[in-house]
Amino acid sequence: MAVRRLAPKEIQPDSFAFTAENAAWAGQQIAKYPEGRQASAVIPLLWKAQEQAGGWLPEPAIRMVADLLKMPYIRVLEIATFYTMFNLEPVGTHFIQLCGTTPCMLRGAEDLKKLLKARIGDEKHVTPDGRFSWMEVECLGACCNAPMVQINADYYEDLTPDSLGKIIDDLAAGRPVKPGPQNGRRASEPEGAITTLSDPSLYDGSLIGAWRKRFEEETVKANAVGAPAGDAPAKDKPATGAGEKPKE
Amino acid sequence: MLADKDRIFTNLYGLHSPGLKAARLRGAWDGTKFLLDKGRDWIVEEMKKSGLRGRGGAGFPTGLKWSFMPKQSDGRPHYLVINGDESEPGTCKDREILRHDPHLLIEGAMLASFAMGAHAAYIYIRGEFIAEREALQRAVDEAYEAKLIGKDNVHGYPFDFYVHHGAGAYICGEETALLESLEGKKGMPRLKPPFPANMGLYGCPTTVNNVESIAVAGTILRRGGAWFAGLGRPNNTGTKLFCISGHVNKPCNVEEEMGIPFRELIERHCGGIRGGWDNLLAVIPGGSSVPCVPANEIIDCPMDFDSLRALKSGLGTAAVIVMDKSTDIVRAIARLSYFYKHESCGQCTPCREGTGWMWRVLNRMAEGRAQKREIDMLLDVTYQVEGHTICALGDAAAWPVQGLIRHFRHEIEKRIDDYAANPHLEPVLQAAE
Repeated sequence: MAVRRLAPKEIQPDSFAFTAENAAWAGQQIAKYPEGRQASAVIPLLWKAQEQAGGWLPEPAIRMVADLLKMPYIRVLEIATFYTMFNLEPVGTHFIQLCGTTPCMLRGAEDLKKLLKARIGDEKHVTPDGRFSWMEVECLGACCNAPMVQINADYYEDLTPDSLGKIIDDLAAGRPVKPGPQNGRRASEPEGAITTLSDPSLYDGSLIGAWRKRFEEETVKANAVGAPAGDAPAKDKPATGAGEKPKE
Repeated sequence: MLADKDRIFTNLYGLHSPGLKAARLRGAWDGTKFLLDKGRDWIVEEMKKSGLRGRGGAGFPTGLKWSFMPKQSDGRPHYLVINGDESEPGTCKDREILRHDPHLLIEGAMLASFAMGAHAAYIYIRGEFIAEREALQRAVDEAYEAKLIGKDNVHGYPFDFYVHHGAGAYICGEETALLESLEGKKGMPRLKPPFPANMGLYGCPTTVNNVESIAVAGTILRRGGAWFAGLGRPNNTGTKLFCISGHVNKPCNVEEEMGIPFRELIERHCGGIRGGWDNLLAVIPGGSSVPCVPANEIIDCPMDFDSLRALKSGLGTAAVIVMDKSTDIVRAIARLSYFYKHESCGQCTPCREGTGWMWRVLNRMAEGRAQKREIDMLLDVTYQVEGHTICALGDAAAWPVQGLIRHFRHEIEKRIDDYAANPHLEPVLQAAE
């Protein structure tokens, strides 16, 4: 748990309304859920509001979403303060979320933290030009590509202080940056030569339908002994799992 | 080693297109109608035969879970909810499925929904996975366009697939918290019973399954439960995505047979331990929630549910976090404690207060600023948290600390001794000559 409060009144805008495009999008989202369950769309809608407001969620936006979904304000305020991806205060246009949990920490996230501190300042501090701010977050789920950061929507993985510094330089200068692993990997494969999935027959379609042989053989067998189809002959080894103690 | 032809996730690394055409060449959506025509009971039976245990951490048999759904609808719709809130530190396998093999997931969702009489499936993806969510949505749109799913599809079974997402709460990976969040509330776990199979999403019968458990369903049904059960070891069957992170030379995701020995897994796919096998200190074998295991115990251990449970740890999500001797193990576990403190939803007092307490004490212990008797007190507190909360987050917060004290008590004591011998913030300056 963390204490999360709304931004002070002075920086809250007076009002907030979805753009026409976002309002239409919101309608589509609400339609995904059964009649009377439109509250389900609250997270996607708050998310869109945050995007439109420039990366943070002002109070009028929270009220607007509540009105749209016919929910009491307090229910939506609860959501906005409970889920940590809703930023309740302004962030930089390039909002850097550094993963600091153990798998990233083992691979050097603390060096990245030092770099961010030196380059941008303290956590949650927005640079005077409004372009950068950073925050340490919990596991972002890219542990095989640790250490990593998320900048706005994109993951930047396999970082070193040098490569992260270069990304910040490029963003500051408006140069294009490439999301994903920064050390030449494509995704989460082992670096260098991959050790699996080299059989070309997996990809040329030659295995399509091969599995049907099993069913054909079963049908033939069943017809031969006159047993009703679908009553598969006993397999060599019974599968386990049936005598399992339910645990939950 | 598992042969390539027995691998289910053939586009794990995204070397090929995730699109429908390429996915079909790899075998997705092949004969789905034929499988559906075999009937609901056949599908559940075949899943039971496969011995598949849920891939989200608890390892509950998937076929059995499906069979808990009511056979006849009492007028309420049934739902399948797929848990894509992958947030367990160390785990990064569902992400690869979502962005590289999404059609296996959508097909599996259709088969699973049919087997439990559901006409709609919701997938809850963690908020941070924005690109992954878009990738899945693209695949869903393709499937609708090709009339593979939808109200009026080529399979003759109306089925809708909806993509939903969260906003950064680890607790929403707990199935009832996920349902709460999906209903538009704070993600606080519900008391069970009633179980979701009776009262789940919107009060309707619901089954919640992990992304990986659903995505393997199509291949299992095609190739047969017996094929899957023939891989791995009894009660620990099939293939599994392992996510190996930390101090190995080449961290990676890889699909391997269950029960592969730890040493073989690391040697074959990860280029060995950084600094060689003598440099291995400890391993967290199943995501941050399971206790760590010291090097000598894990090196030749088969990686499966039962073998790791015998070491008082667990396979969890098969997220293998490797730590070499350069690791400050007390700080590494203290960081996990901070994670649980941050992610506790605050509903149950033992977890809300206990996670913060454990973190503060461990932080002091990492510096050595503690009393030796506090080690036993800390252990005692972990047992007071464990099993006294609605969901398993309390247990998950307690277990890593218990593992640390069980195997590395000497390390904490050494810190305390060192600090007591020289309790200064700055080391004494040495003369230059």
